[in-house]
Amino acid sequence: MSELTRLSIDEAADLLKRRQVSAEDLTRAALERIAATEPALHSFITVTAEGAMEEARAADARRARGEHGPLLGIPVAIKDIILTRGTRTTAGSKILSTFVAPYDATVSARLRAAGAVCVGKLNCDEFAMGSSTENSAFGVTRNPWDTERVPGGSSGGSASAIAAAQCLGTLGTDTGGSIRQPAACCGVVGLKPTYGRVSRYGVIAYASSLDQVGPLARTVRGCAAMLGVVAGHDTADSTSVPRPVPDYAAHLDGKVRGLRIAVPREYFVEGVQPEVEAAVRTALHALEGQGANVSEVSLPHTRYAVATYYLVATAEASSNLARYDGVKYGHRAAAAEGLVDMYRKTRAEGFGAEVKRRIMLGTYALSAGYYDAYYLRAQKVRTLIRRDFEAVFAEHDVVLTPTAPTTAFRIGERTSDPLQMYLSDIFTISVNLAGLPAISLPCGFDTRGLPIGLQIIGRPFAEEIVLKAADAYERLTEWHRRTPDAVAQGGA
Amino acid sequence: MARGQYEPVIGLEVHAELLTAAKVFCGCSAKFGAPPNQNTCPVCLGMPGTLPVVNRRVIEFAMRAGLATRSEIAHYSRWARKNYFYPDLPKGYQISQYELPICTGGAVDIEVEGAPRTIRLTRIHMEEDTGKNIHDAHGDASLVDFNRCGVPLLEIVSEPELRSAAEAGAYLRKLRAILQYLEICDGNMEEGSFRCDANVSIRPVGSKPFGIKVEIKNMNSFRAVERAIEYEIERQTTVLDDGGRLVQETRLWDPDRELTRSMRSKEFADDYRYFPDPDLLPLVIDDAWIAAVRETLPELPDARRQRFVDRYGLPAYDAEVLTQRKDLADYYEAVVRHHANAKAISNWIMGDVLRVVRERKLDNAPIIHDWPVLPERLAALVKLIDDGEISGKIAKTVFEEMVSTGGSPVEIVAARGLTQISDDAAIQAAVDAVIGANTAKVAEYRGGKDKLFGFFVGQVMKATEGKANPQKVNELLRAALAG
Ligand SMILES: [Zn+2]
Repeated sequence: MSELTRLSIDEAADLLKRRQVSAEDLTRAALERIAATEPALHSFITVTAEGAMEEARAADARRARGEHGPLLGIPVAIKDIILTRGTRTTAGSKILSTFVAPYDATVSARLRAAGAVCVGKLNCDEFAMGSSTENSAFGVTRNPWDTERVPGGSSGGSASAIAAAQCLGTLGTDTGGSIRQPAACCGVVGLKPTYGRVSRYGVIAYASSLDQVGPLARTVRGCAAMLGVVAGHDTADSTSVPRPVPDYAAHLDGKVRGLRIAVPREYFVEGVQPEVEAAVRTALHALEGQGANVSEVSLPHTRYAVATYYLVATAEASSNLARYDGVKYGHRAAAAEGLVDMYRKTRAEGFGAEVKRRIMLGTYALSAGYYDAYYLRAQKVRTLIRRDFEAVFAEHDVVLTPTAPTTAFRIGERTSDPLQMYLSDIFTISVNLAGLPAISLPCGFDTRGLPIGLQIIGRPFAEEIVLKAADAYERLTEWHRRTPDAVAQGGA
Repeated sequence: MARGQYEPVIGLEVHAELLTAAKVFCGCSAKFGAPPNQNTCPVCLGMPGTLPVVNRRVIEFAMRAGLATRSEIAHYSRWARKNYFYPDLPKGYQISQYELPICTGGAVDIEVEGAPRTIRLTRIHMEEDTGKNIHDAHGDASLVDFNRCGVPLLEIVSEPELRSAAEAGAYLRKLRAILQYLEICDGNMEEGSFRCDANVSIRPVGSKPFGIKVEIKNMNSFRAVERAIEYEIERQTTVLDDGGRLVQETRLWDPDRELTRSMRSKEFADDYRYFPDPDLLPLVIDDAWIAAVRETLPELPDARRQRFVDRYGLPAYDAEVLTQRKDLADYYEAVVRHHANAKAISNWIMGDVLRVVRERKLDNAPIIHDWPVLPERLAALVKLIDDGEISGKIAKTVFEEMVSTGGSPVEIVAARGLTQISDDAAIQAAVDAVIGANTAKVAEYRGGKDKLFGFFVGQVMKATEGKANPQKVNELLRAALAG
């Protein structure tokens, strides 16, 4: 494996700045690595090798003119639910298998403007619905640490691509944990920003009030660099917030003295893999050792989070996915008699089982006579969950939890039991319901050699505190430097 | 129960397309009449990943309508999604307002046969329009034109307080006038920028509960609305009188056969699964914004009518006709500014101007755009009459030419030699000639047949090609016949 692909974003940017490496070198190395590892992993739906080389040359030209920037010339890849102009964007669905994006998502445009080199579009659960990346119409992605296991989901491709050193940074989307949970499963860093921090314009919607784009990278510093580029107000997204974007890198000073860490007792319960709990407790002690104050708190409405999430998310999804009807773009059933038949067949053929399940749930939750009992009640519980966090944040700076209750599970292990699968996101979902920023970073490995994730949750728009705490922990450990053996030599 | 013992209960839902330059959730032009699918972008086509951003003008237009109808402007309202599948609805839902609309309450004052009434409004809310399906235009395929997708609409819902087709017509005309005065809707029913659905039921006189309600759609003129309501009252009365039962349904007005027919039955009862649109923030309006919009409100139809009576001394009837349309009232005032004969000008506009406007079917579009007679020219025409330059009769001829060429009345009169003959000698000569040529009739007249006077006037006018000053003709004829 080329050492170039094992670099972190800031290491690569430093080499670029010092002219010790070119964007072309980095990109070629990434494309070679992709070619070698893709057969075993399938992180990508589309690899844009030609476009990437062009972008790399353009980035080198910009560097030659004296320009620089944290992502200028850095090979990245984008979850295939985010539109990239002129490139196929599928959302992992058959219904969009032929859809070429007619415009750039705001985050894509910002990466482009920053000179990041996009090497391709990453595999994901169809319409971001899933916790394993097994629900992609284009096949499953495998976990680089054990190719018999899932990479987590729905941004499984975004996480595995980093873990397998296929590129240096990726974008995922997180509706109920879809960045953090796969980051934990793959042993990389993934950040879900505050709702409204990053524009959703051009991001194919799953659940509008929960979705948020965020970065994945090998290091906390890499995530900070990516976030600095994609974050900020966008007039095309009414829910994006007009607040200035801090210089995240400037906050990463390694200091946590006096940091008030809350540990919610509801997150350390039966069902959590003992090695996961042990690793998180060890991480807490390490931070305490650096002068952080740790105290136990309660988030009493946590137990309603999964139920609330599945009502809100599926209700919004049932409406958001109505546009895929075969009329204007995407798949259309070939033999249909009349309009209604065309709708039925198109959607029956185009959507996978999990998507259909959620559309049905959401349609039911919104239908006349059930709206008050389900959707409206869920919104009320959502408010209670948010207030739980507000109360904790009145006296603490961050909340620290495991990211997922277990390490990566086997492919196929949970597909027959959706409810069991839904519990994969049990520790991440509340954060989306409350709209908070949260990061997952590696904090150890279990006895099977699978990574364990630590989640740090912050106040709204306090990404810099979350990143600072995570960076401080990262400096104390070597977890992020480990390489998965399974694909280390470019094969399973 | 015998006929005539039912009371109609009518409520109207009006959809008014707003005259904003851009659509409600994107920057596309909202102008009518572009080639199919030209005024579209990823947002109004509902492409994957797109998000709506509210056009502030739309909110202000809604506030204007609300303030002009004495509605309560909500400080906090919300956008909702109305979910249903239709090919002309790109997102699979329509962004509308549901349980928290921007305006509630409010009222419109009407007058039917001299009796004033106030019709209360339930609500006014904003929503986006949909596209249009075009069938059979291309073999057996159906095409969709998405140009109207995202064009802003106001839905104005009245309480079920209208009691006759005439009241419904008066209400609609007043509402349209208000929107036109506010310059937020062109009110063109034929082009669909001012659409109306009517909910009609009947109940025994004196009874409180409502009868079974029928919704009527597809009416594209005021006349159609009135005729459809009349038809429906009649139909429902007949059904009940015959011991039948009414069903709640939607019926379409068929303008050719002048009847309503059933569109769909209850088994297709819609469930729109409304819920707050998570892509749009709640709409918060503060008092300062309301006050600023209130500042911009123009004089409204009722106030203007009163002012026409007070300032120009017009009869109430004239003032009512002239102020029903803002463009007509503006035109009237522009003419009067050039020549202060208020009543004569009112007569010209109510008579000849409106007749030609109707003949040319300009009554749906703002007259001022297409109307060829400039205000100063109509004023000049009336002045020519007042100055005795031309007769009222000649003026009609001049007017027709002004309508067809847009020319100036002074030039038309000069070019065609239509100047009135007021010269005594010339008229006297014509009078003498007529008397000389009709000796028998002169004898009859002198024998007491007074009615023949009109005949002599006619002959003199004919001899002078209508140009003789009628007053002079009268004078000189009387003198000669008395002779
Ligand atoms: Zn548009």
